[in-house]
Amino acid sequence: MSEELFPEPEWLSEEVKTGTTIIAVTFDGGVVLGSDSRVSAGESVVNRVMNKLSPLHDKIYCALSGSAADAQTIAEMVNYQLDVHSIEVEADPLVCSAATLVKNISYKYKEELSAHLIVAGWDKKKGGQVYATLSGLLTRQPFAIGGSGSFYINGFVDAEFRKNMTKRECQEFVVNALTLAMGRDGSSGGVAYVVTIDKDGAEEKCILGNELPKFFDE
Amino acid sequence: MDSHHSYSQVKGVSTGVSSLFIVSYVSSKTINKLIQVHDRIFCCIAGSLADAQAVTKMAKFQLSFHSIQMESPPLVKAAASIMRELCYNNKEELQAGFITAGWDRKKGPQIYVVSLGGMLLSQPYTIGGSGSTYIYGYVDAKFKPDMSLEEATQFSTNALALAMGRDNVSGGVVHLVVITEAEVKHVVVPGNKLPKFHDE
Repeated sequence: MSEELFPEPEWLSEEVKTGTTIIAVTFDGGVVLGSDSRVSAGESVVNRVMNKLSPLHDKIYCALSGSAADAQTIAEMVNYQLDVHSIEVEADPLVCSAATLVKNISYKYKEELSAHLIVAGWDKKKGGQVYATLSGLLTRQPFAIGGSGSFYINGFVDAEFRKNMTKRECQEFVVNALTLAMGRDGSSGGVAYVVTIDKDGAEEKCILGNELPKFFDE
Repeated sequence: MDSHHSYSQVKGVSTGVSSLFIVSYVSSKTINKLIQVHDRIFCCIAGSLADAQAVTKMAKFQLSFHSIQMESPPLVKAAASIMRELCYNNKEELQAGFITAGWDRKKGPQIYVVSLGGMLLSQPYTIGGSGSTYIYGYVDAKFKPDMSLEEATQFSTNALALAMGRDNVSGGVVHLVVITEAEVKHVVVPGNKLPKFHDE
């Protein structure tokens, strides 16, 4: 039979993207990373609870955006390379090293890959740091945002960011920014994942949709 | 085909209690994107400038005719409806969106958005133009109903400054128009007087 009674759904042949909002912010003594949880293939949501904050080491995490497959692969490769490196130097790796490894892969394969990772963590040498690695560049910033939802919160983060916030203020800032972005971007949504990294380690938290802050809405 | 596009960042804000509100836009290269269609009603334009000017000219004429027939100043909703009719009936040829804002005796200050295809929506605040995507988060977070004139002015100026800081085709000076029952006031804020944020 050449006719199809049940044609294959479109989303099976669409590339899976994490159209996303990701954010990483330094505070006085560490960093806070945040992400939404929506994974879309075309117009369908294929996973509404994906954690896009991936550990690269005990106190170094990265936030994934762009093509889900590319981003996950980069994170896994760097995780392995970082393990080897930290055994060789017999110490915890620097955040800068992790970011450089990510940058090397992103730059070398920039034509084939379409993923943007933000690398953030804490190390003894420089404390909390955030690195952006878009398209193979490497730059250290006080905070970084990425993903499709990040356009809508550029103004908000520019206005509200302050250096040397406390841990609580920083977590609130990240959750507020994620909520605002998820409220406007169709490709971001679900729950908010927040990871706080300081000298004592990494603490993961998941904030459900109904626990997110509310802003003025008609 | 060369069509002039007005890349502008445009915003309207209304406060209920003190019966006033502010309409603001960014002018680059002295193009006027704020058009007065009646004594207390203004239109902000975005999109193809030629289309927008043609529509507002037509709307201005129809509105003045309507207001003479009614023997009273027109409602803001009437002005917005006229724009919507024009946009919807000519949606194939036109490419312009509007924010119609003003004050009338019946409902006080109001803001109406007429989008590209001809949708009409009333909102307490709204943003538009290429730079607007960057400040959705900011205005969602910071808007409060019933702000005072100073607060609303500060809110608008901050939002515009943030958008100008990120959008490469928005910039220059900020024009604010404050419309109340009593008067219409035009305020210009030059680039060097705009608020500065953490990275500047």
